[in-house]
Amino acid sequence: MSTTWAYISNYLVYSSMAVFTLAFIAHSYETAFAVRAPHLADSAQGNLRTKTFDYTRTEKVARVATAMMILGFLLLFAGVIARGISAGRVPWGNMYEFSITGALAFSGAYLAALRKYDLRWLGLFVSISVLLTLGTAVAVLYRPSAPLVPALKSTWLVIHVSAAIISGGVFLLANVIAGAYLFLDSMEKKGERAPWAKRLPSLDVLDQLSYRLVAFVFPLWTFAVIAGAIWAESAWGRYWGWDPKETWAFITWVAYAAYLHARVTIGWRGRRAAWLCIFAGSTFLFNYVYVNVWGTGKHTYSGL
Amino acid sequence: MKDNAPEIGTVGLLRFAWRQLTSMRTALVLLMMLGVAAIPGSLIPQRTQNPMAVTAIFTDSPTKALWYQRFSLFDVYASPWFSAIYILLFISLIGCVLPRAFEHYKAARALPPVTPKNLSRMEFHSEWKGGGDELEIARQWFKKNRFRLRELDGSLSAEKGFTRETGNLFFHLALVLILIGVSFGSLFGMRGDAIVNVGERFINTPTTYDSLSFGKLFNEKSLPPFSIEIDKFVGKYDPVTNAPQDYTLSVTVKSNPESTPVKKIVKVNSPLTFGSTRVYLQANGYSPIVTVRDSLGNVGYQGPVPFLPQDANLSSTGAIKVPDTNPQLGFVGSFFPTIGRATEGGGISVFPEALDPRLFLAAWTGDLGLDNGRPQSIYRINTDVMKKIGLKSLAPGETFTFAEGSITFETYVPWVNLQVVRDPGKSYALLGGIVAILGLLASLFTRRRRIWVSVINKKVEIAGLAKNAAPGLELEITQLAKALGRAE
Repeated sequence: MSTTWAYISNYLVYSSMAVFTLAFIAHSYETAFAVRAPHLADSAQGNLRTKTFDYTRTEKVARVATAMMILGFLLLFAGVIARGISAGRVPWGNMYEFSITGALAFSGAYLAALRKYDLRWLGLFVSISVLLTLGTAVAVLYRPSAPLVPALKSTWLVIHVSAAIISGGVFLLANVIAGAYLFLDSMEKKGERAPWAKRLPSLDVLDQLSYRLVAFVFPLWTFAVIAGAIWAESAWGRYWGWDPKETWAFITWVAYAAYLHARVTIGWRGRRAAWLCIFAGSTFLFNYVYVNVWGTGKHTYSGL
Repeated sequence: MKDNAPEIGTVGLLRFAWRQLTSMRTALVLLMMLGVAAIPGSLIPQRTQNPMAVTAIFTDSPTKALWYQRFSLFDVYASPWFSAIYILLFISLIGCVLPRAFEHYKAARALPPVTPKNLSRMEFHSEWKGGGDELEIARQWFKKNRFRLRELDGSLSAEKGFTRETGNLFFHLALVLILIGVSFGSLFGMRGDAIVNVGERFINTPTTYDSLSFGKLFNEKSLPPFSIEIDKFVGKYDPVTNAPQDYTLSVTVKSNPESTPVKKIVKVNSPLTFGSTRVYLQANGYSPIVTVRDSLGNVGYQGPVPFLPQDANLSSTGAIKVPDTNPQLGFVGSFFPTIGRATEGGGISVFPEALDPRLFLAAWTGDLGLDNGRPQSIYRINTDVMKKIGLKSLAPGETFTFAEGSITFETYVPWVNLQVVRDPGKSYALLGGIVAILGLLASLFTRRRRIWVSVINKKVEIAGLAKNAAPGLELEITQLAKALGRAE
């Protein structure tokens, strides 16, 4: 019974990878084939190098790409659920499970933001990141589905880990957007934006968007830390013990608090704010990768 | 005064220092420093979490360890420099928040400001010819949408969103509350560990602990007088992966010597609670029960001896010291709950449950060194001045006989490590945490804005102003204008 579900989960995760690959291809096609050959008028003037981009030409492909992202998300969602059923618990017991759920949260945050902003230019990046995460999870981190160790048997697992994973997904999205800001900003400083980058939102929009994502999810991250403390109190006999994972969660919290203060109170915008945002997001990634895999302490549930 | 430099004096200097400390920029720098200062503690082993690793550094590279020690790098979170940063940060925070709280209190009681003369300079301004009853409609609209309102001759000035600053202030004050809770807990709290065999009773007095540490202001007499009898302990493990699945500890508890005993179950995530003291199940292992006799057959020792687990399959090591025989006897031992393929000179446990237990013993005779008064570990024997008798592997019921006497491995019992923690500050910290989140939500998701409506000679004017360029004001003003009858 449980092994059947574990197999089903694996097939669903593999299928979602196939679909995310299609989304990736569609997004690459979209970017590549929106290029229009130089205008005749231009070539008449001897200018053969001015390529233009016409995204109306690839609108259909862009829609296919988004549809694939949604399908991939749904398959991955089903895969995560099946993994949970196979183990008879929430699927957050080891690093493989954190990774597939993290990929789910990241693609979910992208799709949710897509409802309000046209972020399809990010699709190429999002699909490749999700593919890399899932690829690593399947190839390196995979562990057979198994019940939880006693310390993880608690309702707080659901509350604490879900809050942390959702925060992580949104933090990373904010990071990607801050990264895009820095890239486009240096491009604009050298002159005009390259043709392909013209449809990307203005610098102001990117700047605002990464701030809003952080401001939106910072209370959730605070909650994740506090929920973790409440759980630690009942499982380990102290609510805060400077365990490496706790320390880095605290560092991430401090970094984002500094980011929010820098923006709201001192009025940082643009490059400086984007760098601070990326720094804060990196502390989260470091916590996830380094502390889970090489770290010591009580949060070593990676199963590696 | 010898020269003409302006004298600022001590008071002036202090005022300058205070202003610098409580400035936003300083607070931000301190906040970032706190984050950076927390990093070394996660990369270098800390005494409180991993004392063994600290000792290992001292043996492996004493010079490095000495330098680490000098900069308190083994106790980062209790170090003077870490404390200095967070104390300065909190002083800065209080110095920043208190004046703001006072100002906010005054502002919240004051009426919104008078309508500006020239509304067209404000945001989202529009004007049209109206019917004359617009002020009344606007008043009702503001009341319904819970704006604070100031009625002036021919105009209304409305303001909303004070919750933003209220939430902001509560968030920062809640952080102070958390810090108070943490300090209170460490000053008045205690933490102790005791290994108790199944069948034995733990009585909460300082002498029953294996290790005990308490805060500077903790009174030893305030240990609650409870006792816990360990009835049964069951550890369940996955037969394939050997990973633990469940630990269940059954106990009989008396909250004081006179009270009636109550049966309770303790699990990893559900400790026992006695007021602000909680008792946690933190570890478990095995105690072989042995009988040691001297050469005449007199019993020198009989009972369980806790062995310390060395791996996930509970291969355990320990020592049995028998000072009452003549000569003294000592046994350095290993206990394997399920013995694997025996290799030369050692063994290995292949499963944490006691399915096929073995006790490996090295017997020694001579001076155990217990009489010189120097404290020593109960899990180790210094065999420097002792003579080796021999080695033996014993199954339950078997006896190892030698010239100086004998030892019988009768059977074994599980032991549990009870961790007793008293933290009277944790409820303040929790309250601080909850208030912090609520304050944060209020400050991040409410917008402070003003809207003005003026009607002079049937000319209706409307405009607004959003603090911090908060979005959404345009929509709100459009809605109000529609209610007032502005044509689309």
